[in-house]
Amino acid sequence: MRLKYIDDFRDPATAKALVERIRGDAGNAPVRLMEVCGTHTVAIARSGIRPLLSGAVTMLSGPGCPVCVTPDGYIDAAISLGRDRRVLLASFGDMLRVPGRSSSLEKEKGNALEVRIVYSPLDAVTLAAATPDREVVFLGVGFETTAPAIGGAIKTAAVRRVGNFSVLPSLRTIPGAMEVLASDPDVRIEGFLCPAHVSVVIGTDAYRPIAETYGIPCVVAGFEPLDILLGISMLLRQKKEGVARVENEYSRVAQAAGNRKAQEVIREVFVPCDTGWRGIGVIPGSGLRIAEAYAAFDAEKKFGVPVVFAQEKTACRCGDVLKGKILPDDCPLFGKACVPEEPYGPCMVSGEGTCAAYYKYGAA
Amino acid sequence: MHDKILLSHGEGGKRTRDLVVKVIARYFDNPVLAPFLDAGLLGRIEGEIAFTTDGYVVTPPFFPGGDIGRLAVCGTVNDLAVCGAKATAISCGLILEEGLPLSSLERALSAMRDAAEEAGVTIACGDTKVVERGKGDGIFITTAGVGVSVDGWRPAPSAVRPGDRILLTGTMGDHQVAVLIARRNLAIEAPVTSDVSPLGGLLLPLLPRFADKIRFMRDPTRGGVGVTLNEMASSANARFVLDEARLPVRESVRGVCEILGFDPLYLANEGKAVLIVDGNAAEEIVAALRRHPYGREAAVIGEVEAGSPGVRMRTLAGGVRAVDYPVGDQLPRIC
Repeated sequence: MRLKYIDDFRDPATAKALVERIRGDAGNAPVRLMEVCGTHTVAIARSGIRPLLSGAVTMLSGPGCPVCVTPDGYIDAAISLGRDRRVLLASFGDMLRVPGRSSSLEKEKGNALEVRIVYSPLDAVTLAAATPDREVVFLGVGFETTAPAIGGAIKTAAVRRVGNFSVLPSLRTIPGAMEVLASDPDVRIEGFLCPAHVSVVIGTDAYRPIAETYGIPCVVAGFEPLDILLGISMLLRQKKEGVARVENEYSRVAQAAGNRKAQEVIREVFVPCDTGWRGIGVIPGSGLRIAEAYAAFDAEKKFGVPVVFAQEKTACRCGDVLKGKILPDDCPLFGKACVPEEPYGPCMVSGEGTCAAYYKYGAA
Repeated sequence: MHDKILLSHGEGGKRTRDLVVKVIARYFDNPVLAPFLDAGLLGRIEGEIAFTTDGYVVTPPFFPGGDIGRLAVCGTVNDLAVCGAKATAISCGLILEEGLPLSSLERALSAMRDAAEEAGVTIACGDTKVVERGKGDGIFITTAGVGVSVDGWRPAPSAVRPGDRILLTGTMGDHQVAVLIARRNLAIEAPVTSDVSPLGGLLLPLLPRFADKIRFMRDPTRGGVGVTLNEMASSANARFVLDEARLPVRESVRGVCEILGFDPLYLANEGKAVLIVDGNAAEEIVAALRRHPYGREAAVIGEVEAGSPGVRMRTLAGGVRAVDYPVGDQLPRIC
């Protein structure tokens, strides 16, 4: 591991120069840019970039936090599955505190529901193989970044004939959601800072329709502070030149065509479907469900527990936060009825949630 | 002797006696403990007394750089040290799970003996209980410690003022990352060893010399430097501003944190102390700390500023952000 490499992307002098360039390129009114991905949101908050650019750039946070956009109906389905004594749930850690309609996995864990935290979907297959008397259900939440790993786990389970493994999928794809936001007149996005890891899988060409159809500049950027500042600067340069195209700041990893092998796994194991995004609504073709060939590993079918999507009606404005319509401070619950210890909405739950990042790193 | 701990080892009969006399006494051989009375007689102690207690639960009990035995001695010795007290005597309460290999117990006991010897503290009394299989996690240890305060120095959070410096005696997160890796469920290999060590020898000699310069000290164990500093800022009612560029983190620890999305600020340490000191004496104190093997990487990591209380950080990118308490454990992220 070359960690000197990290330092190169955190150099204070270069950061200062980039901030000056961004300020120089910005006009009189702040430019409205959106960071689509939750990892960017956290990196921006952690490195204190938002106040550094205040007045020049308004960074809106997008829907790219998998935990945040998972509808509460999914959590309810997971809990009701977990109440079946045969079932042993396996999940990524950050799903545990997400509230469903009446409870969360963490609270149910206190009531004897069994959830094992795993670090990769393949660990859940191993767990299933080691506990043949239980039905291991993996909570398959994520974007294009985790979909190949979950697909790979399903394929592995099929090859090894691990029949007691299944996945309750809640997988979404990013470009569809970006198009919804690009076409929303209330959001008025002037540039997209596109996700690093997702782009490694889907390829930077995936954003071309957004740049071309909606005339919004797109820059794929890495997650280090300098990556982000450079990405923002590249967006401002496009705006200044009056162009809208896809540029790649993260060329050290992301390619135009993406990772073909990962894409093949996604195509083999999943098929696109309409899916609900918490706070946003149903976006046609933006989800991935498990293909017929692998239906035996689809927990929704196996146990007949459907994931129901219903638009929540609450005072929580996570939906508007996820769409970049408001900043967390504009929500009446933020920091009052909704805090990380007792989250009301999903954006406060996940470590990558916009509200959690604002709450944790804000208030300088 | 059996090669595993049995329930009868805790029932008070012959097996209990055998365990104490033939095993435990072999490691803890000192005149206070030797008569096996119901209390250790410490005799007359000169000075002001400090007293503390802690329970030790760690999975796995053995990890690179240490184990639960060394931890149980160092944790209590360090709680005394950061309060300015030299540990004199500690107790050893063992809660063993039925089926624990005797060799594991002996390994922990020998580590306790070695750590106590290093810290110059007597293991003066003890107790052993055995719980049924499944009701414990191999071995739990509780220790309580009595110490004598260094003359002329007391922790004084109220003396903290703007211009004071925040010192850390070494790198962050080594202990927790070593334990995480030792659990072997991460599929990560990294050469990280726990920093578990007794800090009396590092900290106490500084106190007479810098009596009016060292305001107060804490050991950033559970919750890490981030939580400890929040607690310190609130007890001093002061604004602490950290400098991200100066936070010492070992490369291997940073690598693991990058992969898992952990912040080293919130990872446990077992051989580090945070000191708030007079700004004018800071460099001299850092130099003194660096002369000790457990303080080689000591550094100034921030300062006390005027303004609303709490902890802030000046980031590498040039911004300022809050450093708050985390909610719950850090959980590995999805993507």
